[in-house]
Amino acid sequence: MERNFEAIFSENHYGIIVQEIKYIKLMKPKIAAQSGTFESSDVIFLIEPLPDHSGRKLEISSTVMQQFGESFKRIVVDMLDQFEMTDIHLIAKDKGALEPTIKARLETAIKRSLGEQEGTL
Amino acid sequence: MIQQGGVYGADSILLDLEDAVALNQKDAARILVRNMIQVVDFYDAEVCVRINHLSTPFGLADLEAIVPLQPSAIRYPKTESAEEVAELLTIIEKIEDRYGLPHNKMTLHAMIETAMGVQNVFNIASQFVRVDAITIGGQDLTADMNIVYTPEGTGIDFARKRIVMAAKASHIDVIDTVFPDVNDEEGLRKETEYAKSIGFTGKAVINPRQIEIIHQVYTPTEEEVRKAYRIVKEFKINSEAGVGVFAIDGKMIDAPIVTRAQYILRLANVTVG
Repeated sequence: MERNFEAIFSENHYGIIVQEIKYIKLMKPKIAAQSGTFESSDVIFLIEPLPDHSGRKLEISSTVMQQFGESFKRIVVDMLDQFEMTDIHLIAKDKGALEPTIKARLETAIKRSLGEQEGTL
Repeated sequence: MIQQGGVYGADSILLDLEDAVALNQKDAARILVRNMIQVVDFYDAEVCVRINHLSTPFGLADLEAIVPLQPSAIRYPKTESAEEVAELLTIIEKIEDRYGLPHNKMTLHAMIETAMGVQNVFNIASQFVRVDAITIGGQDLTADMNIVYTPEGTGIDFARKRIVMAAKASHIDVIDTVFPDVNDEEGLRKETEYAKSIGFTGKAVINPRQIEIIHQVYTPTEEEVRKAYRIVKEFKINSEAGVGVFAIDGKMIDAPIVTRAQYILRLANVTVG
């Protein structure tokens, strides 16, 4: 597992700047997983693991790409950041899902790919 | 479907995590319902969530996801005893304490859908302030009784009446089971009229098409409302004058008739000034 770190600066009561190194363990999918459906107002996500240090590979398609493509991509990237996901291949096929639906389907796919839930491929 | 739930005019919307969800989709349904409750406007409808039973691997996770959001009610399937309800409420209250939530906002609807549940229904209905409605699950009950569900409902008639009586004795609502044949509108009307006649305060639907018929059956007619208004108004005037029993058009009006008239006005959302 790749290790990353974050430097946190704060001031102690002597006025001395303290630097704290906090190691963050990035998460990577353990198994291929999917969630969602091809139905209208829904989205389907497929996630599979990539070799170490591959980063993220996203393939997003949507029936409302022109109008909401950017917003869709932002939601996906924010969520992958939130779960600190790396070495991931993600395929999304959207049929006009609302934001809470997109988030729910992606959270389900991520948790399934981490082996935390049932319903994997 | 969830996002359109509020537009059909139902009094209550039930988001299901139990039997309508395949075993390998329980996680997806839980996360989706959790997200949708927070943002979808269901207008005037109360929102209930049917969780999985605590004896399944999903019940506790459902509570952890849903209780913090405080929907109008949690619907608990296959409730069989007061002990089970007490156990459920203890878990709910622990989660509420963790989030600093009150213990008196979200209520509990107990579903009676086994023979054991029917036998213990009065204890389930009467012992807990938070249980404000009980419902009957016709399909599961017939399965538990090893009988075939028929449109006449003969096999579950005793259960229906026993459940109604327990609810009436406990002064809580009682909701009839769904009518499974979406295409049989006459059958739905007949069954709803029967449910109303034996005391059910409402009926569940499985399709938005069924809402209007049930509302038609349960909505008091203009004539009924007018009559009820007159009774309650006369009652007010007479009780202020210290008269207990009085007559309208030669018919004696006493307490039970006034109570029924008040109930009709409540249904019609009419107040007597």
